[in-house]
Amino acid sequence: MIIRRPPDIPSSEITPEGVFLNRRAFIKQAAAGTAALAITPSVVSGLQRSIRSQDPDFADLESELSEPVNSWNEITSYNNFYEFGTAKEDPSRNSGSFNPKPWTVAIEGHVNNPGTFELDEFLAPHRIEDRVYRMRCVEAWSMVIPWRGFPLADLIRRAEPTGNAKFVEFTTVVRPDEMPGQRMRVLDFPYIEGLRMDEAMHPLTMLITGVYGDDLPNQNGAPLRLVVPWKYGFKGIKSIVKIRFVEEMPMNTWWFTNAREYGFYANVNPEVDHPRWSQARERRIGELRRRETLMFNGYADQVANMYSELDLTRWI
Amino acid sequence: MTTRGSIRGLKVLLWVSALMPAAWIGAGLFLGWLGVNPIEKVTHVTGLTTLILLLITLAVTPTRRMTRWNPVIQLRRPLGLFAFFYASLHFSIWMALDLSFQLSWIWEDIIERPYITVGFMGFVLLIPLAITSTKGWIRRLSHRWTTLHRLIYATAALGVIHFYWLVKADTRLPILLGTILAVLLVTRIPIWLRKKRHRQAATSQEPISVR
Repeated sequence: MIIRRPPDIPSSEITPEGVFLNRRAFIKQAAAGTAALAITPSVVSGLQRSIRSQDPDFADLESELSEPVNSWNEITSYNNFYEFGTAKEDPSRNSGSFNPKPWTVAIEGHVNNPGTFELDEFLAPHRIEDRVYRMRCVEAWSMVIPWRGFPLADLIRRAEPTGNAKFVEFTTVVRPDEMPGQRMRVLDFPYIEGLRMDEAMHPLTMLITGVYGDDLPNQNGAPLRLVVPWKYGFKGIKSIVKIRFVEEMPMNTWWFTNAREYGFYANVNPEVDHPRWSQARERRIGELRRRETLMFNGYADQVANMYSELDLTRWI
Repeated sequence: MTTRGSIRGLKVLLWVSALMPAAWIGAGLFLGWLGVNPIEKVTHVTGLTTLILLLITLAVTPTRRMTRWNPVIQLRRPLGLFAFFYASLHFSIWMALDLSFQLSWIWEDIIERPYITVGFMGFVLLIPLAITSTKGWIRRLSHRWTTLHRLIYATAALGVIHFYWLVKADTRLPILLGTILAVLLVTRIPIWLRKKRHRQAATSQEPISVR
């Protein structure tokens, strides 16, 4: 199987400027071989303080997307995570008793290196970095979020998929005792998501362990979640316990729940409306007037070539 | 307590509780409990309040029948008008804040999105009811007033469908409201049937055939 590596996204698209990453200092440190992380601790702690204390300065944080980064409060109080309830404020309210430690992740399926790993062991080989991405929900709202994590491709290379691995399937933890939403059976839990192998290998696709330089809060999918910035937010499966390499296209939870409205690909596409609402525009959290939604959520230059053969009106 | 006293007490209770959601929204604008997407929050709160008030309005007549306490009917008009008040807020917020008065967006939503189509229809049907809610109109329309105001059944049904079609997966609340609406409508069926029988009896007096 050929795993084609799409052209790298320019670093200017993904690296937060100045604010949280002092690149010049980073390059210097990297050159000196001293920096394992991209962020200097003092910058991070200063930033977290300012975010947590609602310092108005945080509103001025500009990513290199030249769009303001959403605040810690916005990112952690407005979530879709049905395992903790279906209202936006439910996950932050109801996830207090969820315990993401200890945590194990299973790698299964068509790989040469399967296994079950303690989270620390799972993360150890990877170089953790920070990236600012747009996040576009299928419900037509969006945010700009400074994630922390590592490219899924790094994990896949270590797992060494065999020729039979055509898709990657992800599974969320099932803990009805700690996740009140799972007791309501609104969805058919466990939550499942999937990616085609080339999508999973794309350098923009990230496994995420943190936000704003801090560990992921429970409501955002602690301790490990997926982020695929050119797809609708529901593809970003949270609290992952299993990553399976499979031959057949996995059926993801929302596709299974309502195939007329949600599909496998879920690429952000302003030209293909959701049957019940327009996808042409979105409300950026914190803004009044709706914005135009960008093709592939603004990442078309990096990802459009993967879909040149695909009828995007049919494969929603 | 006298009947007059208790209906007055109920009216005060009605006004206070019906204004509560508006007060909650107003205070939230300043005290920040509407969350990070206040437009969505306010839209949901006004929409849900509208539906609940419509259902309470529809519960007045069955309550009167069951309790045989006629003064309760005096609550029906203020309840209906409060429902209209929240429906208007809901509609205005959607038009002004959500869609920034962009007529093309608004039109597109009404035409292309069934849940908005039915919600809009429900709101439009409520307008003549609010206008003709005055004593003058009741007198002028006479028996046609009753017929006209049956539109509230359509509005309530459209409102529940609007809510049901909006949610992604968690249909529990719209189904609960729909069930309550169904119960309220079903309780009316025997009465309609009885009235119909009376009417038929009244109009079919001559052609009684004798076998």
